[in-house]
Amino acid sequence: MLAQLNGWPLYLISGTVILFVIAFSIFFMVRAWRAGVAIGMDKQKLRRAVTASATFSLLPSISILLGVIALAGSLGVPLPWLRLSVVGALHYETSVADIAAKSAGLSGLDGNMTAEVFATIGLLMAVGIIWGVLCMALFGKGYCSRLQRTSAKKTGGKSFGDSAMTAMFIGLITAYLGSYVGTLVQLKGGTLTVTGNYLPLVTLGFAAAAMAVFTYFSEKKKVTWLDNFSIAGSMLVGMAAAVVVGIIW
Amino acid sequence: MTQNNEKYLEKYMARTHLFGRVGSLIGILLMLAAPFAMGLSLGALPNLSAFAKGLLQIGIIYIPSCIVEFLVYTPMLGAGGSYLAFLTGNLINMKIPCALNARDIVGTEAGTTENEIVSTLSIATSSLVTTAVIALGVLLLIPLQPVLSAPVLQPAFNNVVPALFGAMAYKYFRRGKQIVAIPLIVMSVLFVCVPSLISSVGFLMLLSGAIAIAHAWVLFRKAKDNAPVEEE
Repeated sequence: MLAQLNGWPLYLISGTVILFVIAFSIFFMVRAWRAGVAIGMDKQKLRRAVTASATFSLLPSISILLGVIALAGSLGVPLPWLRLSVVGALHYETSVADIAAKSAGLSGLDGNMTAEVFATIGLLMAVGIIWGVLCMALFGKGYCSRLQRTSAKKTGGKSFGDSAMTAMFIGLITAYLGSYVGTLVQLKGGTLTVTGNYLPLVTLGFAAAAMAVFTYFSEKKKVTWLDNFSIAGSMLVGMAAAVVVGIIW
Repeated sequence: MTQNNEKYLEKYMARTHLFGRVGSLIGILLMLAAPFAMGLSLGALPNLSAFAKGLLQIGIIYIPSCIVEFLVYTPMLGAGGSYLAFLTGNLINMKIPCALNARDIVGTEAGTTENEIVSTLSIATSSLVTTAVIALGVLLLIPLQPVLSAPVLQPAFNNVVPALFGAMAYKYFRRGKQIVAIPLIVMSVLFVCVPSLISSVGFLMLLSGAIAIAHAWVLFRKAKDNAPVEEE
């Protein structure tokens, strides 16, 4: 079955959808670049936005590739490739694929795959996560216009919008940081237990320390080009620390 | 901003919505058609009763989560960035931090036209890089597999998200020092006391986000009240 799931017709189907997404991204990118130039934005700044985003995306993309590889053992390459390139999310796909396999009567993704179960898994993975795109397609215009009107009403002084964005992101980071604390220390039967799973916190700590060093050079020593690589570089330091700590302990 | 620029931007935004909506709808149709096409090429169709059973389980979690993501992330990303990000996926672990990082580096503010343009550029680049990396990885799957699946490297690949949030934490905690403590303590205590909630961290970030925004609002009002009144 796995050979069929890796057959060229499936690559052709996935490839067609992925090509559409590539074309869509390039089209939006070119329009945004032209609009930036037309309103007088510095080309150097636009270039920095592109370079920084490309370097930023490299490492997370490798982890997404690992998601494709992890699922390829049971679903072949084309479907996970499609799912993780269009709307998909790394944390979502594996769990939904497992639920879908169980709903279709298998013990899980490691069960005996059939064409019917495979197609059911593919459909469930797509429908389950489609709602954000659908909301954007149906209500995006109205919602964006409303947001624009709200920000246009504000006159003078600093707006709260920017602080709210920073706060929202701090909320996101603290939630994940809290979950890593909860992964290490857990309350079980009224007593605190240390699980020994400290790697997420160690990785986070090293990445943050590396970011502090990058920031020092960029802000104090004025090595501004480092900004473009600071996130990717800090992640690399954090991930390397995870490997080293994993070997030592 | 000149009148010509304003007209240009008005047209640009209107077209962004038009192309974004059409592109999103085509994307949805392709996504839904793909499993049927794959099934047909293998000689079977999806089992709709199993599909309904599965959808009931995942829909409870993912449908509200997708709707909340739409409401929360659209103001952060702007129109063009949002159409792209929702269609290409991997929002929390890549697209949003990526757009915010580009915004920081270029120095644009949320809600401005410059931010709209930088977000769109950033998310489009990110999506192209991911597609290229995955395509390259798929091509090199056989030679790369021993390296990528080497047990010694697994701690690195299992901790990509902590590494990402570590780097972002330094940047953002520095900027919003005053609002970090409360959500961090609340979240840590919550996850320590109820470890089963760890798997729902994506949902609970809405709670910590709400706490942080509420605190930021209080500080913003306080700063505004204390600011010297400007003479007319």
